[in-house]
Amino acid sequence: MAQSFRPRDTAELVEVVKWAAAEQQPLEVIGNGSKRALGRPMQVANTLALDHLTGVVDYEPAELVLTARAGTPLAEIQALLQDNGQELAFEPMDYGPVLGEELGRATFGGTLSANVSGPRRIKAGAARDHVLGLEAVSGRGELFRAGGRVVKNVTGYDLARAFCASWGTLAVASTITVKVAPKATTEKTVCLFGLQGVEATGAMSAALGSSAEVSGAAHVPEKLAALQSGNWGGGRSATLLRLEGIEESIDYRVGILRRVLELAGTVEIMDAAASFSVWQSIRNLTVFPHNLGALWRVSVAPTAADDVIASLPEGCLVMQDWGGGLLWIADPDDQRDGTSLRAAIASAGGGHATLVKAPENVRNTIDVFHPQEPGLSLLTKRLKSQFDPHGILNPGRMYKGV
Amino acid sequence: MSGIAMPKPSQELLRNKAQIVKDLQRIISGEGVICEEIELRPYETDALTAYRQIPLAVVLPETVEQVSQILKYCYANEVKVVPRGAGTSLSGGALPLADSVLMSMMKFNQILDIDLPNRAVVVQPGVTNLGITHAVQHEGFYYAPDPSSQIACSIGGNIAENSGGVHSLKYGLTTNNVLGLEMVLMSGEVIRLGGKHLDAEGYDFLALLAGSEGLLGVVTEVTVRVLQKPETARAALIGFPSSEQAGQCVADIIGAGIIPGGMELMDKLAIDAAEDFVHAGYPLDVEALMIVELDGPEAEVDRLLQEVSSLATQNNSTYLRVSETEDERNTFWAGRKAAFPAVGRISPDYLCMDGTIPRKALPQVLKRMQVLGEKHGLRCANVFHAGDGNLHPLILYDANNPGELEAAEAFGADILRLCVEVGGVLTGEHGVGIEKRDLMPEMFSETDLKQQQRVKCAFDEKHLLNPGKVFPVLHRCAELGRMHVHKGQLPFPNIPRF
Ligand SMILES: Cc1cc2nc3c(=O)[nH]c(=O)nc-3n(C[C@H](O)[C@H](O)[C@H](O)COP(=O)(O)OP(=O)(O)OC[C@H]3O[C@@H](n4cnc5c(N)ncnc54)[C@H](O)[C@@H]3O)c2cc1C
Repeated sequence: MAQSFRPRDTAELVEVVKWAAAEQQPLEVIGNGSKRALGRPMQVANTLALDHLTGVVDYEPAELVLTARAGTPLAEIQALLQDNGQELAFEPMDYGPVLGEELGRATFGGTLSANVSGPRRIKAGAARDHVLGLEAVSGRGELFRAGGRVVKNVTGYDLARAFCASWGTLAVASTITVKVAPKATTEKTVCLFGLQGVEATGAMSAALGSSAEVSGAAHVPEKLAALQSGNWGGGRSATLLRLEGIEESIDYRVGILRRVLELAGTVEIMDAAASFSVWQSIRNLTVFPHNLGALWRVSVAPTAADDVIASLPEGCLVMQDWGGGLLWIADPDDQRDGTSLRAAIASAGGGHATLVKAPENVRNTIDVFHPQEPGLSLLTKRLKSQFDPHGILNPGRMYKGV
Repeated sequence: MSGIAMPKPSQELLRNKAQIVKDLQRIISGEGVICEEIELRPYETDALTAYRQIPLAVVLPETVEQVSQILKYCYANEVKVVPRGAGTSLSGGALPLADSVLMSMMKFNQILDIDLPNRAVVVQPGVTNLGITHAVQHEGFYYAPDPSSQIACSIGGNIAENSGGVHSLKYGLTTNNVLGLEMVLMSGEVIRLGGKHLDAEGYDFLALLAGSEGLLGVVTEVTVRVLQKPETARAALIGFPSSEQAGQCVADIIGAGIIPGGMELMDKLAIDAAEDFVHAGYPLDVEALMIVELDGPEAEVDRLLQEVSSLATQNNSTYLRVSETEDERNTFWAGRKAAFPAVGRISPDYLCMDGTIPRKALPQVLKRMQVLGEKHGLRCANVFHAGDGNLHPLILYDANNPGELEAAEAFGADILRLCVEVGGVLTGEHGVGIEKRDLMPEMFSETDLKQQQRVKCAFDEKHLLNPGKVFPVLHRCAELGRMHVHKGQLPFPNIPRF
């Protein structure tokens, strides 16, 4: 009989996973289910939802550390930090809009288990870089702790960081500790309009290779820019470089970028409000139209991006973030299996492609997550079985048999 | 040698030494295999010199193929392998076992690719930490994690220990600055992770390798991220009449939303020793000395330095000097960077501890450490990465006085217990190794430690790679895999369903 569980505390969570382990009953583990449509579809009768396992357990602004239960709405944590002039520096994006969900439904645990970061990843690191400690239940039904509540810690293996990007397949987190950061007082964006291909990636590389401390570097091509309302340079492509900090520092760094980008074109400046709204739409992918077809997420070295983009079939829309290295590719043909995309990535020097959005029949038959080399794939399976020997936690969500 | 038990050597392997050496020489010819006792001596210890043991043999491979062949051979013949970089580990991570093959990675010393448009550098693991910065500094770039041992320590060792430095407060530890690596598993299999792109796909094996202390795989190639140097850096030297006031000032600076490039504290004993050694111009009439470095654009640095100065005044600082030149800034740091050797001059031996605590516990911990020192009858100099709560108490002792090493170790253990008690951890950057191995249960439960060992089992199910380190009790993987379940238990009837 199919069961759906909503534990309210750690003891109940342990109880559920213990039962599932004993009965070898697979569980679909979700927070709020906002990313359910991402990944390989699972044939799992039972659901374990963590949306009742909520609450901030500990937050001391002066220590720059926050501990919360896994099901706590991310929005609640962000609001609390905001009230204290702080933030999650990795600036998690929200998959909601592209997956046909509302904004703001993600949980804390779901965000970390999918290692969801945003534009500031290039400067501040990914979600995983901010995780300090964790309490979780393995697929064996055992509650374990890893890491701690301090920033510098090398005591034992870094299981807390390794939990990130495991998509609920290794363990179910009950509470997680992250480091938080002071929020910048203001921001501005330096824009270059009309750059194409290597001109744009070259400009972003130059900016990131300068001492201007750029905290966001994205390129929105003409076709996408034309769809945006507001001041986006009249339908020309936009190469955007964000600067954050105190006012006098930003103004000074605008000067650095002007010098560095002298040859790249005319520089225009977006003020704080315009900058904020542009980066929100990049972060949450609302620059894309609603009916975007399939969506791929690709990470490559920035200078490899142009070769990958050149290999794409007609009709694809690509937005580049992370200095050009993160490609969001909207493909009107939602039945493609990604073989030629992945081949292009390999021949451009390596990286990976994840199918973020596609109909279920496609996700059922192709590699949603980037296929691994045989040795790494075996290591992945061994790690999985050391945490979850009976394969009861999100079986098959990432890879077949994992 | 005091009370840390290492795995018992296999008498059979010791008897077969000649054959093993011959087999290894078939894989690496010439001087790549060392087996004479006198030549093995230099490898008997790392920077935790209280522990020494010569290995069965030392191998110095030069190619990934050789590393793989040696490991394959050792795997088949159940020979233990201890990887070694530059041997600067302070926790005994590279201590050999009598029946082990020590694998030195120092012939892997090439920089393979400098790719500045992508801000990535690919190096072999024996390249020194500072060697990476030297390779890119002509273009204004540097590699951010900067352990004090950076002239000597290898990037392979940095990965194994997840090393940090003065600038980790702002720029992160090794784990935050590595993009990819290649490693060879004990079975001889070569695995590549990540690359020049951000965020490797699949499980975060890079996170597991950083801080794995040579127990998971032998690292044969590393891709790191490099950064453009901040435009300016200026430091303030601030003296306080008490450590409590200094500790409060640290909390206030962070609380004001300022993340300095580095923020270090030294206590009276350390200040005196450092000043005596390098003549950095430190004030000698203060109880605690803080170095705060701000980096970034000039306008920002100037403004933040003003804020820091006024916070210092509010906390009753009695000395304040802001660096006006690069030379002056370097002088401020010279004393701090030489603090370990400086303390080495005032005491025949010292033990360097490495716990981390929540910043707010600083005043309390400093006070209680003093009490502990009196209890053990030993002095302790304190140097710490104050910004991230990472303490380096240096316990002064004389190994020639019977019982003093033991007393120093007991004092150290008490300090680390105190760190855990106030919500901190046993080691911030030096690693567990053998030194803190038996204290692991202070911080982790049996279940926690078993889950960590299961990770080891996914990489090295025979426990042949660097055994005897990190884990106080070694469980066989088969035993760890067993599950004790009670069938038929229905889940909590009260758990809400939907
Ligand atoms: C004076 C002094 C100051 C120091 N200051 C700092 C500091 O500020 N911050 C800090 O973090 N540390 C510091 N250390 C500690 C030490 O320098 C670091 O831990 C360093 O990373 C060790 O590097 P190594 O190459 O010497 O490694 P080793 O000492 O040779 O080995 C350390 C561990 O790494 C493993 N290992 C080495 N190479 C490889 C490889 N290629 N593959 C797999 N495993 C490998 C070994 O098995 C061992 O477990 C200091 C040490 C000294 C002596």
